[in-house]
Amino acid sequence: MMGRMRKLLIPGVDRKLLIKDAVKIMPDMARRRFISGGASLGALTLLTGCDVLDSDSADQLLAQVSKFNDAVQAWIFNPDTLAPEYPESMITKPFPFNAYYDLDDAPEIEGKDWKLEVRGLVDNKKSWTLDELYKLPQVKQVTRHICVEGWSAIGSWTGTPLRDFLKLIGADTRAKYVWFQCADKDGYNSPLDMRTALHPQTQMTFKFADEILPRAYGYPMKIRVPTKLGFKNPKYVISMEVTNDYKGGYWEDQGYNSFSGS
Amino acid sequence: MSSLVATDSDATQEPAKVIQPAWVRAMHWTNAVAMILMIMSGWQIYNASPLFGFTFPRTITLGGWLAGALAWHFAAMWLLMVNGLIYLIMGFATGRFRRKLLPISPGGVISDVKAALTFRLAHDDPSGYNYAQKLLYAGIIAVGVVIVLSGLSIWKPVQLQWLTALFGGYDVARYVHFICMSLIVAFLIVHVVLAILVPKRLRAMVIGR
Repeated sequence: MMGRMRKLLIPGVDRKLLIKDAVKIMPDMARRRFISGGASLGALTLLTGCDVLDSDSADQLLAQVSKFNDAVQAWIFNPDTLAPEYPESMITKPFPFNAYYDLDDAPEIEGKDWKLEVRGLVDNKKSWTLDELYKLPQVKQVTRHICVEGWSAIGSWTGTPLRDFLKLIGADTRAKYVWFQCADKDGYNSPLDMRTALHPQTQMTFKFADEILPRAYGYPMKIRVPTKLGFKNPKYVISMEVTNDYKGGYWEDQGYNSFSGS
Repeated sequence: MSSLVATDSDATQEPAKVIQPAWVRAMHWTNAVAMILMIMSGWQIYNASPLFGFTFPRTITLGGWLAGALAWHFAAMWLLMVNGLIYLIMGFATGRFRRKLLPISPGGVISDVKAALTFRLAHDDPSGYNYAQKLLYAGIIAVGVVIVLSGLSIWKPVQLQWLTALFGGYDVARYVHFICMSLIVAFLIVHVVLAILVPKRLRAMVIGR
């Protein structure tokens, strides 16, 4: 086409005719490109759910870019950068309940029966009762929870820095992940990269707004990670495993970016 | 005799006169693809938590659902950012921005916009821009910079919290990002309509001349 156009651009050739010619050729090409592009995009939008990330080659490419983005985000992540803290007057009221189920279906956990199971690359694998965990030193943070959907809300969380607990149980902090399992229906779980697990604001949370963590926000324990999107902040946690294996996660397996740092 | 010489030199020069150099054309169309992917996936992301009382019809969005849209958005962003960054560097380094987009005078813009709205704006010189074009093209480059920066501030409100603060915080940055998208879509409509009305411009952006 380029060659053809060049040949046509000979002095003496009627310019009006030339332009007419060009217009005839070009919209056709543009149209063809548009239709072929539009068709494949349209086909993609017809797919629903996780199909979109494991159905065809475009989705394989997207999954690869998402992995690349994990590495880029790990590189951007500064372990010394703290999430901004806000005055208590800015706390969002009411703080939203958010899950893939209704509040009525949220786990109802008896605190006295609950134990935190500890597994994997740790020296002390004993399980912890809620009373034992409550005795550990706690700190409060007022930080912004940012959902992958885009909305955000400021909340007040109080609990034990995860890094203090990892130290206490003799965790191998050279391991790659801390993997959490939860009591949500369908078994919520999520991996947390070790550098984020060791971040000073990453917290085993026992209180919201100075009150024992209500059922809506993850009683008896949630993991508050203000440097990650909301879905990387598991609630109703029942076990943690220090591991070098990538064990996947509830949303991560469905195509959400695994690092999802903020 | 002298006129014959002049015609000859015109003849040898004219085919070589490139209005849009190859790098501009390559980057323009790369940007077009990246922008459309970003806008369509962005609409799907918006639908997950709308800022206003409407959502975008699913047929004009990309990704199928939130996770798919985010995957598209955070893949196409590399195309948009790398292409855009090289374009900015080339635009300044080659003097193209200065040559093509400056000066922009308010009086010139007003008279050219008036002329354009009454369909009296001349398009005789295909290598130069009128004031209305200069303002639109310089403006859309600025909007492109702001949409990338506001996007980064939404993506990394902790690691790039200084940038997020510059936009007035996370929630405000989302509105900035949305408004920039709206401006780009408005530009795109005008841009495409004018390209169809003045096909020699479109030709220059495809084959260079």
